[in-house]
Amino acid sequence: MNAIKTLTIIDFKLFLREPIGTFFTLAFPIILVLLFGSIYGNEPTDLFGGYGTMDISMPGYTALILTTVGLMNIPITMCSYREMGVLRRLKVTPLKPMSFISGDLITNLGMTLLGMSFVVLLGWLLYRVRFEGQVIPLILGVIYSSLAMFSIGYLIASLAPTARVANVVGLVLLYPMVFLSGAGMPLEILPESMQNISKFLPLTYVVRLLRGLWFGLPASELWPSILVLGVILLICGLLSARLFRWE
Amino acid sequence: MQPIVQVEHLQKSYEDLKAVDDVSFEVYSGEIFGMVGPNGAGKTTTIEIIEGLRKADSGSARVLGMDPTQSREELAERVGVQLQQSALPPRLRVVEALELFGSFYRQQADGKELLKRLGLEDKLNAPYAKLSGGQQQRLFICMALLNKPELVFFDELTTGLDPQARRSMWGLVQEIRQGGATIFLTTHFMEEAERLCDRVLILDHGKVVALDTPEALVGGLGVEKRLVFTLPEEQALPSLDGLPAVSRVERSGSRVIVYGQGRRFASSVVVALEDEGVDLVDLRTEQANLEDVFLKLTGREMRE
Ligand SMILES: Nc1ncnc2c1ncn2[C@@H]1O[C@H](COP(=O)(O)OP(=O)(O)O)[C@@H](O)[C@H]1O
Ligand SMILES: [Mg+2]
Repeated sequence: MNAIKTLTIIDFKLFLREPIGTFFTLAFPIILVLLFGSIYGNEPTDLFGGYGTMDISMPGYTALILTTVGLMNIPITMCSYREMGVLRRLKVTPLKPMSFISGDLITNLGMTLLGMSFVVLLGWLLYRVRFEGQVIPLILGVIYSSLAMFSIGYLIASLAPTARVANVVGLVLLYPMVFLSGAGMPLEILPESMQNISKFLPLTYVVRLLRGLWFGLPASELWPSILVLGVILLICGLLSARLFRWE
Repeated sequence: MQPIVQVEHLQKSYEDLKAVDDVSFEVYSGEIFGMVGPNGAGKTTTIEIIEGLRKADSGSARVLGMDPTQSREELAERVGVQLQQSALPPRLRVVEALELFGSFYRQQADGKELLKRLGLEDKLNAPYAKLSGGQQQRLFICMALLNKPELVFFDELTTGLDPQARRSMWGLVQEIRQGGATIFLTTHFMEEAERLCDRVLILDHGKVVALDTPEALVGGLGVEKRLVFTLPEEQALPSLDGLPAVSRVERSGSRVIVYGQGRRFASSVVVALEDEGVDLVDLRTEQANLEDVFLKLTGREMRE
């Protein structure tokens, strides 16, 4: 227990000292709010069922943060630790792989929630964004979605031979998802064929779930997303645990 | 004596290369055991199989009575390891490294005290990546001692250290042994093995070439020791025939060479001469060392 605690505290410090990771988790989403907020404002439009662009972007940007952390930060950090020989040094200590992953997981979850709270705070300060759901289910939904997305990241980390490869794989998965899932820009503005592709992207379900929780949709509308993310979490989680390598 | 490490018929190949070829030996409680050999001899492969980091193709290794691949966590509590190749996160600070690795163990030594002992006390807040190679090496040695280990593995103990730091490291290793721990080290410096180790295993091309105390290995060459000094030509040389360690004496001009054998050879000659009131000028001893042993056994020079 002490090991997980110390590991988590130090992981947090290391995360904050890493400029690129910190930028994409904390600063970049803020830039998005400022940029798209200044372009589109937050006027209610029929396209978004009477909500404004910023209203519906809050859960979208949150999805974006947790995906960047999951597909970029997690695999790149893990693979570069393996490549440098950090993990082989850990292997000759009594630290269990599960404790090691726990520390990493808590840190990345914490940073995701921090990034989200910056975005929401700014959205509320500048645009008085509307939140119609409940806080606890929303946070649980963010954690659940993060676990699903992170499990993909840990799987990449277990499979990729080098940090470079992990970086490329992460980007290849990240880019189409950002554009085609409704996280970056609302799906409603895309042609129908593109909207169909989105059905095969995990991020789409994260966006649906978080948007549903944000606007307080009934549970019946959320179950399909919860189910899909659960399957991803189960498969990728088990596989990445099985395939975990210190070296 | 109880063996702490038992290795039997260890074999490991990397594709066609036999890196470790039928290696067997034991390490006993309380000794400083050294594995020496040139680069590529198979030292790291052997020690890392014993540490549980690599898997042997065949043969067995037991450490503290356990199988290193099966009892990783339990063994890790009780042994300390310094790896030839490893790293820390570049932005991790020295003090954080100790805090972090210390938290993994049930039993903990005083990390700051260790840092001080290794001369890193003014580097507490330095990030790992900003340390010099020698400082990183010393930090890893610190980390190997954090859990008050019963058995410590050092792979290339003094690589990257300057001569002064190297000597100080030898002192530290002796202290650790005096504290009751067993040391298993590898080195490609023959002098290090000879000065530091109780027993030395010479490894070459993955095979055990010799295993004995440094004295026995050097003594086994059958080469006599020499004591050389200068004596003014007009001064007579007292007879040394009475000394059992001395076999013969040569004198040419002012230069005198005394040949002999045994541990007390040099001291007995010096004492005898001083008793006779002889001034010993430019005194030095010459004797065979482990480099000569390696040359004799393998037919090749041991290069650093
Ligand atoms: N992971 C590896 N893959 C392939 N060859 C290796 C590997 N590790 C070591 N070797 C080779 O095995 C031989 C022994 O290496 P090593 O055990 O590191 O020797 P030493 O520590 O004595 O320098 C060398 O020829 C080295 O190139
Ligand atoms: Mg080596």
